[in-house]
Amino acid sequence: MKEFTPAPDSASIVSVTDRVKPVALGIGVISAHFLGDRAVFVGGEENVAFVDAKGEISKVAVHSGGILSAACDGKRLVMGGDDGKVVSLDAKGEVTLLATDPKRRWIDAVALHPDGAFAWSAGKFAFVKSGKQEEKSIEVPSTVGGLAFAPKGLRLAIAHYNGATLWFPNMAATAEFLPWAGSHLGVTFSPDNKFLVTTMHEAALHGWRLADNRHMRMTGYPGRVRSMSWSAGGKALATSGADTVILWPFASKDGPMGKEPAMLAPLQARVSVVACHPKNDIFAAGYSDGTVLMVRLEDGAEILVRRNGTPPVAALAWNAKGTLLAFADENGDGGLLEL
Amino acid sequence: MSEATSQKIPVTVLTGYLGAGKTTLLNRILSENHGKKYAVIVNEFGEIGIDNDLIIGADEEVFEMNNGCICCTVRGDLVRIMDGLMKRKGKFDAIIVETTGLADPAPVAQTFFVDEDVQKNARLDAVVTVADAKWLSDRLKDAPEAKNQIAFADVIVLNKTDLVTKGELAEVEARIRAINPYAKLHRAERCSVALADVLDRGAFDLDRILDIEPDFLNADDHDHDHDHHHDGHDHHHDHGHGLKHYHDEDMQSLSLKTDKPLDPNVFMPWLQNLVQVEGGKILRSKGILAFHDDDDRYVFQGVHMMLEGNHQRKWNDGERRESRLVFIGRELPEEAIRTGFESCIVS
Repeated sequence: MKEFTPAPDSASIVSVTDRVKPVALGIGVISAHFLGDRAVFVGGEENVAFVDAKGEISKVAVHSGGILSAACDGKRLVMGGDDGKVVSLDAKGEVTLLATDPKRRWIDAVALHPDGAFAWSAGKFAFVKSGKQEEKSIEVPSTVGGLAFAPKGLRLAIAHYNGATLWFPNMAATAEFLPWAGSHLGVTFSPDNKFLVTTMHEAALHGWRLADNRHMRMTGYPGRVRSMSWSAGGKALATSGADTVILWPFASKDGPMGKEPAMLAPLQARVSVVACHPKNDIFAAGYSDGTVLMVRLEDGAEILVRRNGTPPVAALAWNAKGTLLAFADENGDGGLLEL
Repeated sequence: MSEATSQKIPVTVLTGYLGAGKTTLLNRILSENHGKKYAVIVNEFGEIGIDNDLIIGADEEVFEMNNGCICCTVRGDLVRIMDGLMKRKGKFDAIIVETTGLADPAPVAQTFFVDEDVQKNARLDAVVTVADAKWLSDRLKDAPEAKNQIAFADVIVLNKTDLVTKGELAEVEARIRAINPYAKLHRAERCSVALADVLDRGAFDLDRILDIEPDFLNADDHDHDHDHHHDGHDHHHDHGHGLKHYHDEDMQSLSLKTDKPLDPNVFMPWLQNLVQVEGGKILRSKGILAFHDDDDRYVFQGVHMMLEGNHQRKWNDGERRESRLVFIGRELPEEAIRTGFESCIVS
């Protein structure tokens, strides 16, 4: 266990805190992304904030109410709100209304497909809109917890109670149901399309190997897992929820079955968010005490990006090249680090 | 109350059988000039619509926790909604959850016990049950949901009292008391209760579990002793003195009391085991405890198998160090509970 409080320039850890450009966003932040060369911080309600390389902030109103979900592919940021709207924001800061729920239900989840299709959910329904085609929808047995597109083909994973549903919106076949008791909230495909992993309401992940739907139980967390991130090439899945970053090995065909996860960057605080570097075997981790670390997967070597002593870190993001790291805490105090 | 507790957003659970008047009460709460803003979680968007407040539709999705505890059910939709609402902190002062007429209040309450994130931001204030003075007696016979709602309540608004005779009112109150003598009972017409009687009750606040005497011993006995002044249409004048006592066949409350100190090393395992084994039957439990060689009062409360407890404060000088426990539940094994409790007393 390490403590970063005593000496600001402690020799025990390499620190780059002096190279961070601080940004005071003035909004409660739920996630961070990059659109073009600017960082974008999604607020808890109404606004997003662009931050350019100089640290200049410009805010854009996107929803008239709470922002519940966001997904970004580097070119556009799609968000769902409690105003029943799905909106998209581009790198220039232009907002486009993509869909409005007729009953003004909350848009709980959104997902983006590399080819431009997008998905959203309201209550038990998931919707997909792809190119010029008509919007398609599916009803699952209970409220949708999370959405994710498969890396290949137009296939949507829908997390809900007691399992996940895999749906090809453009195919007539009935959707495939992957059962597992409990409430599934978040969902992600491995980049090689071989595994599906969900975060659960209880402090655990659940996974399925898609070739044979074999189960993978990933348990032992002290708290709920709210953040997952695939390392470069999909070799490992980094997760929050413990006082270390838990990395499940996915390099072999069996994934993490029968294997122990790696536990890196232990602190006396809970990991609240993780983001793997897009190219190198490095990840950034934010903690409940406000600490941000950069960590090398190979040996767990750590670099201090931000000292503790603030509200929990709520958002972390790398730009596509991996040259910029953006972070912010729940109260909207953040920073940009250029590598 | 600690600062952390007071910063948490209070949540009032509003329950009651179909047609009892939940929506009337809700509209009263929202329209009264109290200067507060509410986030209201409802099942049906209906006749409620106050511009100032946030109204959120819910689906009452109940799911079992994977923790091996069969009665440990939570409201999944509530977890999700609370998560969304917390992004709009500062936009409202309190939350009201309206359940459907057929809902069991337990999963709602349990959501506030087991969900870490919900617990961090919000606190359950009270379960308020609206009951129909005219029809409740019948529903208690044929609708287990209605009985659950009465048993679970911290506050009961006995509504539509203008539609019943004094005798009928006495009967329905006695039936309520047979199930739950501890809830605060307020008579009302068109849900005309003071908002202070239903909101900000702190019924789940350990620091406020001070008074677990049956409610009707303290108050509300103002008109049981002059029924003989009435004549004519009141058919029940013949038992006008005091409450007529009913015994509900399957739902009761059980109260235990001793002024001898308890042995915490015996009591704690006994209580844990009791709620593990009988938690399905025990809807609510509360207690103030005086332990042997301990100058602090210990307080606890529980919903089914979930318990929370803490040392509360020092016993005051001259305060009677009496331990009191209350269980409300279905087919409670009274003898076994009494014997078990006796065995916790330091001899």
